[in-house]
Amino acid sequence: MNEKYLPLAATIAVFLALFLIGGFLYKNFLSTLVLGDILADNAFIIIAAIGTTFVILSGGIDLSIGSMIGFVGVVMANLDVVGWHPLISGGLMLGFGLLFGALQGLIIDFCEIQPFIVTLAGLFLLRGSCFMVNLDSVPIRHPFVAWFAGLSIPLPGEGELRSSAIVMLVALAVAIVIAHFTRFGANVYAIGGDRVSAALMGVPMRRTTVAIYALGGVYSALGGVIYALYTSSGYPLAGTGNELTAIASVVLGGTLLTGGVGMVAGTLFGGMILGLIATLIDFNGSLNGAWIMISGGILLFLFIVMQRSLVGSFKLRDTT
Amino acid sequence: MTPSSSVEADRSLHLRVRALAGHRAVWPVVALLLIFAIDGVVSPGFFHIRVVEGRLFGNLIDILYRAVPTAVVALGMAVVIGTKGIDLSVGSVIAICGAVITWRIHAGDPHWLILLSALGVGVLCGLWNGFLVAVLDIQPIIATLILMVSGRGIGLMINLLYGGTNPSFNSPLLQGLSVGHIGLVPTRLILGVAIFAALWLLIRRTALGLFLEAVGGNSPAANLAGVDARLVKYAAYLICGLCAAWSGVILAADTHTSDPVSIGLYIELDAILAVVIGGGSLSGGRIYLGMTILGALVIQTLTTSILTSGLPPEYNLVVKAVVVLIVLLLQSNNLRGALYAGFARKTG
Repeated sequence: MNEKYLPLAATIAVFLALFLIGGFLYKNFLSTLVLGDILADNAFIIIAAIGTTFVILSGGIDLSIGSMIGFVGVVMANLDVVGWHPLISGGLMLGFGLLFGALQGLIIDFCEIQPFIVTLAGLFLLRGSCFMVNLDSVPIRHPFVAWFAGLSIPLPGEGELRSSAIVMLVALAVAIVIAHFTRFGANVYAIGGDRVSAALMGVPMRRTTVAIYALGGVYSALGGVIYALYTSSGYPLAGTGNELTAIASVVLGGTLLTGGVGMVAGTLFGGMILGLIATLIDFNGSLNGAWIMISGGILLFLFIVMQRSLVGSFKLRDTT
Repeated sequence: MTPSSSVEADRSLHLRVRALAGHRAVWPVVALLLIFAIDGVVSPGFFHIRVVEGRLFGNLIDILYRAVPTAVVALGMAVVIGTKGIDLSVGSVIAICGAVITWRIHAGDPHWLILLSALGVGVLCGLWNGFLVAVLDIQPIIATLILMVSGRGIGLMINLLYGGTNPSFNSPLLQGLSVGHIGLVPTRLILGVAIFAALWLLIRRTALGLFLEAVGGNSPAANLAGVDARLVKYAAYLICGLCAAWSGVILAADTHTSDPVSIGLYIELDAILAVVIGGGSLSGGRIYLGMTILGALVIQTLTTSILTSGLPPEYNLVVKAVVVLIVLLLQSNNLRGALYAGFARKTG
C-alpha cells in the first residue's frame, strides 16, 4: 500500500473500531439509523472542515469558520423575515463566503500577515456582525425548510440518508475532484509542501492563495446554510468554537498542519469520529458534557502520537 | 539655501518619515493616541483621575486595571511566540487554576498553599505543553489545542469532585492580590509591573533570551550551535503556563467563583493579538516584552472606550477587528509601498 494512504487507513480503522465498541456496549448502536444520524448531525461541520482541509493542506489555517456559520444563519433568518426564499438567500451567502474568503487570502498574501492573525480578525468581524444584526435566535419559517428537512434517501436497515448528509457527500465529492484531479489541487499540495520551491516552479502564488481561502469561505458558508436549514433558525452564537472542531476533524483525518500531506476524504472520517464520540457519550447517559471536551482532547493526543509512529517520514519535515 | 539642497533636505526628511513609518512601535502608538483623542472628544472627563475611598479612580486606571490579566498572559505568549511556538491553552489553564483554587479552599487548605498549588497547575500545564512540543515534536498549534479542548472539561470535573456547578469562595489573601490596593494603587497593577520587570531581567539580562530567540529563529541551527533547543522550548512553555496561572488567580479571585466554561474565554486570542500588534511575528525569533504590553493596552483601551462612548457593547468585536486589521495592514511593508506609490502618482 502506498505510504500516503496510511493516515487515511488509520482514521477509517479508528472510526470502525469506535463504531464496533459502541455496538458491543449498547444494542441498536450498530445500525444505519445511528450512522445516518451521525452523518446528518455533523454534516455542517464536516462541510466546513472540507474547505479547511484545502487551507491546511496549503500550510495555512482558517479560524473564521465558526463565525461564518453563525453569520450566515443570522443573515438568512433575517432575510427570511422579509420574505426571501432560503435558496436565494443561501446562494447569496455562498457568494459572500467566496468574497470574504478571497479578501482574507488577498490580505494574507499581499500584506504578508500570518493566516492565523488575518482569519482571527475575520472571526471577530463576523461574530461581531452577528451581534450587530440581532442578539436573539430568529426562526426561519419558509415552507422550503420543512420540505428540505423531510428529504431523504432510505438506507438498508431502518436508517436514512437525510438531505444535509446528501449535500455534504456531494460537497465532499466535488472537493475530492478539485484536490486530486485539477491543476489548482496540485498547486495547493505544492505550496503546502514547500512554498519557495512551488513559487520557483511557477505556481501562481497570489492567485492560488486567494482561491484557497475563497474555497474555504464557500465551504464554511455552505456549512452555515446547512446549519441554518437543519436548525431552521439563525442564532448569533451558533458555531462558536466550531473552527476548532473543524481543525480537529482535519487533523484526525490525517492531514498534517504543516501542509502538503493529507487527503480530503480523511476529513469526512475525522469529523465522523468526533460525532461518534458525542453519540457514544449520549448513549451512556450518565456522562456529562465535560466528558465530550476531555475525550476530544485525549483522542486528539492519541491520534497525533499514533500518526507520528505510523508515518516515519514526519521526521524528515523538521530537518528541511 | 540653494534649491538643490532644499530638495535634498526634503528627500532626507521623506526618507526619515518612511523609516519612522516602518518602525514597529509607531502604528500601535498612533492607534493608542488616536483612540485617546476620540475618547477626549466623545466623552469629556475621560482622562479625569480622582481619589475615591482611598484608591485611584478613573478611566485610565480602569484600563490599566483590566488590562493586567490579558497583559500577563500576553507576556508569556510573547516568549512562546518568540520560539516560533504558540500556546492556545492559556484560557484552559486559567479555568483549571480557578477550579483548583475553589476546590482546595473548600477542602480547607491554608491559602498561601492554595496560591502555590494554583501556580503549580500552571507549571504542570506548561510542562505538558512543553513535553508535546519539545519531546514529541508536535506542531505547537495542535499540541496546545489538546489542552485547550480538554482543559475546560477538566475544570468542570474538578468542580464536580465536591458538587456544585459554579462553586464560589472567599479568600482575603487571593482577593487582596486581585482586587486589593496598596496605598492608592491597585495591587494587581504593582504585581503586574513586578512580573514584567522579572521577565524582562530574565530575558534581557541573562542568556535565556538569546537562546529563546535563537531557537525561534532557526531551531536546528541553534541546536548545532550548542543550545539545547528542547530545554529552551520547555522553559518557554513553562513561563507561559506560569503567566497564565497568575492571570487565573487574578480572574478567579475577582469573580469569587470557579466558572470553567466562561472564565478567560478568548483570552488566548487577545494575548496573541497583543503580541502581534506589538510587532512580534508568529514566525518566531523576536521577543518584544514592552511592545506586547503596549499591544495589550491598545486592546483594552479600545474595549473600555467603546463602553464609555455609549456605543452598544455589540459593536465591541467589530470595532476591535477593524482597528486591529488597520494597525496590522499599516505595519505591512507591501501595503505601505503600494500606498506611497499611489500617493506619489496623485501628487507627482
